[in-house]
Amino acid sequence: MRWLERLTCCAVLLAAAAAQAADAPHYGTAIAPADLAPWDISVGPDGAGLPPGGGTAAQGEAVYVAKCQACHGEKGAGKPNDTLVGGIGTLTGDKPPLKTVGSYWPYATTLFDYVRRAMPWDHPKSLTDDEVYAVCAYILNLNGLIGAGDRLDAQSLPKVRMPNRDGFIPFPRP
Amino acid sequence: MGRKRKDRRDDAAVAGNGLLSRRALLEGALMAGAGSASLATAHAEPLALPSWSKEPGAPFAPYGAPSHYESKVARSSPPPANPATPGVGVARTPHQLLDGMMTPSGLHFERSHSGVPDIDPEQHRLVIHGLVKRPLVFTMEALSRYPRESRIAFLECAGNSGALNAPQPQPLDAQAIHGLLSCSEWTGVKLSTLLDEAGVEPEAKWVLAEGADASAMSRSFPLAKAMDDALVCIYQNGEHVRPSNGYPLRLLLPGFEGNMNVKWLRRLKLVAAPVMTKDETSKYTILLKDGKAWQFVFPLEVKSFITHPSPGLPLKGAGYYEISGLAWSGRGRVKSVEVSADGGKSWAPAVLSGPVLPKALTRFRAAWQWDGSPAMLQSRATDETGMAQPSRAQFANDRGLRGLYHYNAIASWSIDERGEVHNAVA
Repeated sequence: MRWLERLTCCAVLLAAAAAQAADAPHYGTAIAPADLAPWDISVGPDGAGLPPGGGTAAQGEAVYVAKCQACHGEKGAGKPNDTLVGGIGTLTGDKPPLKTVGSYWPYATTLFDYVRRAMPWDHPKSLTDDEVYAVCAYILNLNGLIGAGDRLDAQSLPKVRMPNRDGFIPFPRP
Repeated sequence: MGRKRKDRRDDAAVAGNGLLSRRALLEGALMAGAGSASLATAHAEPLALPSWSKEPGAPFAPYGAPSHYESKVARSSPPPANPATPGVGVARTPHQLLDGMMTPSGLHFERSHSGVPDIDPEQHRLVIHGLVKRPLVFTMEALSRYPRESRIAFLECAGNSGALNAPQPQPLDAQAIHGLLSCSEWTGVKLSTLLDEAGVEPEAKWVLAEGADASAMSRSFPLAKAMDDALVCIYQNGEHVRPSNGYPLRLLLPGFEGNMNVKWLRRLKLVAAPVMTKDETSKYTILLKDGKAWQFVFPLEVKSFITHPSPGLPLKGAGYYEISGLAWSGRGRVKSVEVSADGGKSWAPAVLSGPVLPKALTRFRAAWQWDGSPAMLQSRATDETGMAQPSRAQFANDRGLRGLYHYNAIASWSIDERGEVHNAVA
């Protein structure tokens, strides 16, 4: 029976070696959250990730005229690039919908996230956080969703109720 | 003799308006002789020795390029809506000029939001953080040391074939309609390996992926997909991923809409719920007839289209033709493809030109004897889950034609008496 013991022992050793070989390498380097903060720019619908600072529509108008208007038109009217204002009520019916920040976007936090990461197109990530808050306030004000003097900041922005907040449903075949 | 041939052809017919059996496809050369009397009786010119047979050719090149005779085989890009933002837009694959199931890397379609960044791989980093036990940074050198996997997978932009939502048929070819679709062999590291190293916290349910380009394009996807078949890709068709497709690192989520396969991947954040980025709310959501919109529509469902014949490839007289095209499903393998030459009244099974791989393009072929009269060519694919492509009417009835994305209804080419091929709505 010794051969059987030896074989069993051998099998155990082989299994251990296989487990070790299957162990993945660990070549990632640890990084502290503070050190990756400059890359951590996403903002969730609950406002998680919004930075300090703030701004109003009145302050945002100057930013918009200088840095956004050439592509998005006067007061967000669009052309040559996306229209930012209007279109509420166009999502139903047979005519092509006008999907804008006001008529379609479900969360105001998305506007901050997108402007901060990607706009203005030729100089993304160049606006200060105050400028991003202000230009978001300007666009939301043009859509009639906040007042001209309302200050947007990390507390108030997630509370802005977007008209199409409940317009999205899950796909029936996930 | 002629009568005997005709009988054979009748035996081979398997659907209306000239569709022939699989056997006829395999014996295509024979049928060509039978079908085109003018070709069979014509006499070829005497053969001469061309110059390239009488002098040495070009020396070796460090990187091969297609023949200059094939310079028309190129991606196409519509002019940008705004000349001031030239890197916003698409470049489409010329499927009507290709064959097989693989797309050459230089012809792989492209959708970019802020141009193609010039990324130094030495400086590129991938960070994994959020709801993990150990936030980690990876260099490209570190990633290159992990076990690699390869898989052949299609990528399709969610907006591919969107032109077919139009009520009237647009005068477009296969490239313009279906060119936001390509298939490559992708090689890289299993995402689950890297996530295991970082240690995913139990409350993590989604992953935010973000690119290093100027637009920092970002999408949320379910953690389950990350742990299933997601790859972070370093290689495409055997060489480093092309810059327009994400060099040096691209996320591959097989079968999921193209936009989610984030190029220039620099960041993965584990989160409890979707971040609701611009591209998963204002874009890539499907507006329905009642004004509601489907959100988080991930797999591209079963679909096919005919590449040959197609607009720009006119038929040259009645006779034998091979009908060929591409089929795919984001839910698995293509099980079968049928072809119609009479606008869907009758269907013939096409041959699947293997290998038939899950979530990859599959080439299909069918034999056709064109009698020179008007015809309507269609293809209809069914995948291994049993899902079949809907007719355009069914598709429109289910969701309307204002959804822009994920159009997968049966597509049609009409052929007139002259052999010209046109996009059709049927």
